[in-house]
Amino acid sequence: MGYTENDLAKDLENSEYKFGFTTNIESDKAPIGLNEDIIRFISAKKNEPEWLLEFRLKSFKIWQEMTEPNWAHIHYNKPDFQAISYYSAPKQTKKYESWDDVDPEMKATMAKLGISLEEQQRLTGVAVDFVMDSVSVATSFKSKLKELGIIFCSFSEAVQEYPELIQKYMGSVVPVTDNFYAALNSAVFTDGSFCYIPKGVRCPMELSTYFRINEANTGQFERTLVVADEGSYVSYLEGCTAPQRDENQLHAAVVELIALNDAEIKYSTVQNWYPGDKNGDGGVFNFVTKRGICERNAKISWTQVETGSAVTWKYPSCILKGDNSIGEFYSVAVTNNYQQADTGTKMIHLGKNTKSTIISKGISAGKSHNSYRGLVQIHKNAQNARNFSQCDSLLMTDECGAHTFPYIECKNPSAKIEHEATTSKIGEDQIFYCLQRGISEEKAISLIVNGYCKEVLNQLPMEFAVEAQKLLSISLEGSVG
Amino acid sequence: MDVMEKDTATQVNWKMNDAFILNQSLRNDALAVLENTAFPTTRTEAWKYTRLTKIKNASYQTTQAIELTRTVGLDPNAIKLVFVNGHFNAALSSKSLPDGLKLIPLSQMDPAELMALGNTTENPEELFTAINTAYTTDGSYLHVSAKVNIEPTIELIHVSTGEQHISNIRHFITVEAFSKAAVVQHFLSENATDCFCNVVTEIAVAKNAHLTIDKLQEAADSNHFIGTENVKQQQDSVFTINTITLNGGIVRNNLNIKVAGSNCETNLNGAYILKGNQHVDNHTVVDHLVAHCNSNELYKGVIDGKATAVFNGKVFVRKDAQKINAFQSNGNVLLSDDATVNSKPELEIYADDVKCSHGSTTGQLDEEAIFYLRARGIGEHAAKQLMVGAFVGEVFEKIENEAFLNRINEILTERFSWNID
Repeated sequence: MGYTENDLAKDLENSEYKFGFTTNIESDKAPIGLNEDIIRFISAKKNEPEWLLEFRLKSFKIWQEMTEPNWAHIHYNKPDFQAISYYSAPKQTKKYESWDDVDPEMKATMAKLGISLEEQQRLTGVAVDFVMDSVSVATSFKSKLKELGIIFCSFSEAVQEYPELIQKYMGSVVPVTDNFYAALNSAVFTDGSFCYIPKGVRCPMELSTYFRINEANTGQFERTLVVADEGSYVSYLEGCTAPQRDENQLHAAVVELIALNDAEIKYSTVQNWYPGDKNGDGGVFNFVTKRGICERNAKISWTQVETGSAVTWKYPSCILKGDNSIGEFYSVAVTNNYQQADTGTKMIHLGKNTKSTIISKGISAGKSHNSYRGLVQIHKNAQNARNFSQCDSLLMTDECGAHTFPYIECKNPSAKIEHEATTSKIGEDQIFYCLQRGISEEKAISLIVNGYCKEVLNQLPMEFAVEAQKLLSISLEGSVG
Repeated sequence: MDVMEKDTATQVNWKMNDAFILNQSLRNDALAVLENTAFPTTRTEAWKYTRLTKIKNASYQTTQAIELTRTVGLDPNAIKLVFVNGHFNAALSSKSLPDGLKLIPLSQMDPAELMALGNTTENPEELFTAINTAYTTDGSYLHVSAKVNIEPTIELIHVSTGEQHISNIRHFITVEAFSKAAVVQHFLSENATDCFCNVVTEIAVAKNAHLTIDKLQEAADSNHFIGTENVKQQQDSVFTINTITLNGGIVRNNLNIKVAGSNCETNLNGAYILKGNQHVDNHTVVDHLVAHCNSNELYKGVIDGKATAVFNGKVFVRKDAQKINAFQSNGNVLLSDDATVNSKPELEIYADDVKCSHGSTTGQLDEEAIFYLRARGIGEHAAKQLMVGAFVGEVFEKIENEAFLNRINEILTERFSWNID
């Protein structure tokens, strides 16, 4: 007998997290708990201006009055917000002059992740803003970007150096009051990335940030702000891996994209945080608010490959405010063991001739649950708006679940909206066809899964596609060759 | 005459007669539900797109039985049971029944039998079901014996008349093993304004039975409607329901189908053609509890004026319910700038060897197709009619009852000036 589905299920169960390791770097931690004093501590620690402290305190007040949402199709033990340390920075906070000054242990971590900075610097030309816990440690290619007027730095640096840009755009797409986790993030965010592309500039390289949760008991509250000025273009990569841990770690990030007239932002994510072990213990809670706004003729494209986290709860969205703007969402979400994902997108059509495309591919294995939840909203003035959505789910075992919850709201008669969803397992006839042609069952499954995700993987930039495929194969080990 | 006080959680002020009691203990539970359940708002997920303020703030009251001078019924050969403002009307109803069919108004039933029937109520804690249970005006018990094929259609006719009247109608429909029946539920109004019809129907389809329900809603536009059908299907049965909404104010159809036996076939079709300020909300749940079943759902609508259409279709496939084919499709055409469509097709799948899909489209008539027709000398109105007719016609084609189809065409001609043939 060849490789059967039972074997596959067994393999899936046995495949443990491959990137689980802990880096021993002493870190500078805030006391556990959350109150105004902690927020003042974080703000003081980061030497922040008064307006930012006020922003944080205001957010904190709003957060205190909010209740945790529970409408998603996920079950988990709610995090105790008083049992988390809200600030943790590697102790050596001095900036490195050269690559040699970087802590060798940190370099080793990167090597294990397969993203050796030297390699990337030399070979691929990717500027990596490496975030170990909350403080950016190494940034490369900065000078090259500077020549073009591109700003790519850590969020705290941007607060110091470009306060007018931060003040203008922070919270403009995801307001503090947006949701429980966005409010929490606004109050306690420690660092993140900031990127500004000036008018008419096409960013010559993919900008990339590696996030990594490292310190036990540390919530990671990142904040990313990407502003593409008129006529500019940027491709931004975000990828993450986290060491193996038994407690649940909370990650509540906020990502805001602003594409001004004629600008284009391509935002790609590979998410592979620790999903918990095969009994469903541990794993990262990933509660992220991602949203972009498109002005006239602008385009925002979200691509995500989600393989990690115990609980994923995120909806990268596009507000198509300007006429002729375009929003895209390409997603592959893989869940295994006891993982749960409730993910999708919102496309809000406000401007005329706006277009959106949603391609979502869910793969559920083990005892996991994978939900697509999306909103397509066509407002009254969005003449000739166009949406196409396709949400497919693939079921690998009889104990997992795949769910689809699309919301379609249309208030304009000239809009064209199409939504299509299918749920099925790998067709026996498809496997039979492959077997008949001498392809082993394992290979056949791999072929089919690869083909199934291709539409999304094709959207990833070259530098990322390799890693995405690596992650897919680890997450579904045994089925992808 | 009992009054639902303002101070209860529901906050409504309706005067409803409690003279008829369906089932005392169930009624007590229902009153407790009314005591503790707030009226749904658009923040309630199930009512997200349907604002019930108009119903909540109305001063509804139940009436005594009223005589009606007009004739009702679609098919002259049909067996009829007529309710006026929720009360049984003997004069308009059929006197003789074929063998194997029981069709009895609840108000004429033995209390012990009524009690047993009442206990089959599904989701008794749902607010509108609780209102219906506590203040039932009347309803029917429809029973088809095993191995009987009822040839004539059975028409349950509901007429609203007068002002601000509420009818709480409860039907119990049971078709026994190897039997076959076709039922029409017709809702209309006669000089009625601001009436409210709240209907709950419990349907049991035994093994190998075939049941078809054709539902036509054409009450005039200030009259609101909330209807709930709870269906349970046993193995090898076929259940079909066609819901056609052509008039009314706020119309909400809750269709809950539990497929509890294997090899079942379930068909849900719906069409809605709306204009003015109409609001139609179709909520369907098909719950596949066991393996080897097929369900097909097709809802299509045309929305004009300031009307709103809501579609929320949910398909559950429970664990171990393998080899399920479940298909769901919703299509909408918007004809005016103020029309709104909210569509929410949902799948919740817990078994792997299934084929489930849903699709939802919203758009407008194809300009080029209209141009093609006009280039051949067909007027604009006629061209649009042709296209819209072909669009919704897909649903009408699934209806077998000729008299029912004739009535649809009459309404299309009268209300929408269409001539579709």
